[in-house]
Amino acid sequence: MTAMRGKAWKFGDSISTDHIAPGRLFHLRSNLPELAKHVLEDARPEFASSMAPGDFVVGGGNFGLGSSREHAPTIIKIAGVSAVLAKSFARIFFRNCINVGLPAIICDTDKIDEGDELEVDLSRGKVINRTKKIELSFPPLPPVMTKILQEGGLANYIHKHGDFRLK
Amino acid sequence: MGKTLAEKIIGEHVGREVVAGEIVVTPVDVCLVQDGTGPLAINQLRKINLEKAANPQQTVLFIDHASPSPRKELANDHIALRQFARKTDCYVSEVGDGVCHQVINEYYTRPGDIVIGADSHTCTSGALGALGTGMGSTDVAIGIALGKTWLRVPESYRFVVYGRFQPGVYAKDLILHIIGMLGADGATYKSMEFCGETIENMEMSERLTMSNMAVEAGAKCGIIFSDKKTRAYLIAHGRGKSYRELRADEDATYERTYEVNASKILPTISFPHTVDNTRNIEHKDCQDVKIDQVYIGTCTNGRLEDLRIAAQILKGKQRHPGTRLIVVPASRSVYQQALEEGTLAILNGAGASIQSPGCGPCVGIHQGVLGDGEACLSTQNRNFKGRMGNPNAFIYLASPATAAATALKGKIADPREVIG
Repeated sequence: MTAMRGKAWKFGDSISTDHIAPGRLFHLRSNLPELAKHVLEDARPEFASSMAPGDFVVGGGNFGLGSSREHAPTIIKIAGVSAVLAKSFARIFFRNCINVGLPAIICDTDKIDEGDELEVDLSRGKVINRTKKIELSFPPLPPVMTKILQEGGLANYIHKHGDFRLK
Repeated sequence: MGKTLAEKIIGEHVGREVVAGEIVVTPVDVCLVQDGTGPLAINQLRKINLEKAANPQQTVLFIDHASPSPRKELANDHIALRQFARKTDCYVSEVGDGVCHQVINEYYTRPGDIVIGADSHTCTSGALGALGTGMGSTDVAIGIALGKTWLRVPESYRFVVYGRFQPGVYAKDLILHIIGMLGADGATYKSMEFCGETIENMEMSERLTMSNMAVEAGAKCGIIFSDKKTRAYLIAHGRGKSYRELRADEDATYERTYEVNASKILPTISFPHTVDNTRNIEHKDCQDVKIDQVYIGTCTNGRLEDLRIAAQILKGKQRHPGTRLIVVPASRSVYQQALEEGTLAILNGAGASIQSPGCGPCVGIHQGVLGDGEACLSTQNRNFKGRMGNPNAFIYLASPATAAATALKGKIADPREVIG
């Protein structure tokens, strides 16, 4: 996987799946490109229309808490976000990110400000903040999740391997 | 070495001893999706040409979130679920049958099962001594097709609860108190295990409320031992043969143990916009909080016992004229019993709008979407900004008793003052 580059969009702590993909847009769940136009609308209404493909969503603690709706990371990905960075993630959201092929990176996001130019190297486990000229490390995923992410998500992974391969 | 309930259940499934931290591939017993997550699950299977169900009799597609459908897009999603069920012999839980987490535990979950569901509150099944956990659409889709999933064996936090509740205090107050104490990420990835005399004395209705909200502390599951009350519940739903006793070993290893004195718990409220933002009813912030809508229902508190508590408080009285009251029984069987015994007549007489079993207004789709600046006090499990369909509204969480008292007074009220 090549390094990803883009600008940081900062979000606070406890961004829920209702901020990302609100229940009032439930009827758009089978129309994901349309739903993606509203991504993160209830946290930052301008985000979807202002972000550029390749940019990063940078949250605080417990990012993605709440519902199991996989639509949340899916529309972040469809919008063109290269990865989500946060101090910590809610469990289901984290797993869903990997399952849809969206890197979810745990690092000290206090060291990233709005608009910072970031570069993320998944294979080395590094976030390079080019604006601040600092490097942040992040822990590797469990091997099963690395494989799923490398295949572009769980559906592709199962399509290719036919089953879960832990070894 | 002693095992926690999570280690025991996963170990039985993989056929060897497991310890917290391991990653395993395990068979699953019950799979569920609902109308908000099922269509995506089906699309994923279609995309990889894997439209099948390994255990169709234990796979249920629920039409509960937008039920009956308020829009054509959602009606079309329902059609997709029914078509998939016809193709694979899975079961569809139809409009009016009820909320997935109520129905799955009335008719499917057995002690010791692993239940995966594309709905975060699948942890509710923990109340029957099962490991229930919420996942996304694709995870559950693969679970449906292959009959298995991968899991990390969770570390466990044990909650030993002792003492008797004061009158007017219930399991909902206890679990809100625990989440307030832990924080919304206080148990992330962990298994919460509830035990102690207070849990032993709880009826299944209350144990379901406890397990239901484990995910609100970030937990993977919230498991309770099975005992004679579990057995009685299964018998009452025609499933006595599914019973088995399951308890953690006395020498099991817990990452943390919390002791909670239930007799000290007061009626507890979660304030907007997070579940862990709790206050007890005597806190000054609970004074004079005007409430526009009260909602009694959901997988957290829409059971017969919950409706009875509300009816006891509202009997012969009228809701406050400035406060709407919405009641949604959690399942068809709850609705039927509440209808036959007169509980719904009392609530209707008190000015409630009683609606078809399902998720109701909790998910923000229909049946009670809030207006700008409005406040709702609900028995549901979540109060995030925008949860009930309007990011400019405010949601408070509480027990059915607090909800009924609030419906009478028009502002947040202490149920201990109105309990007969």
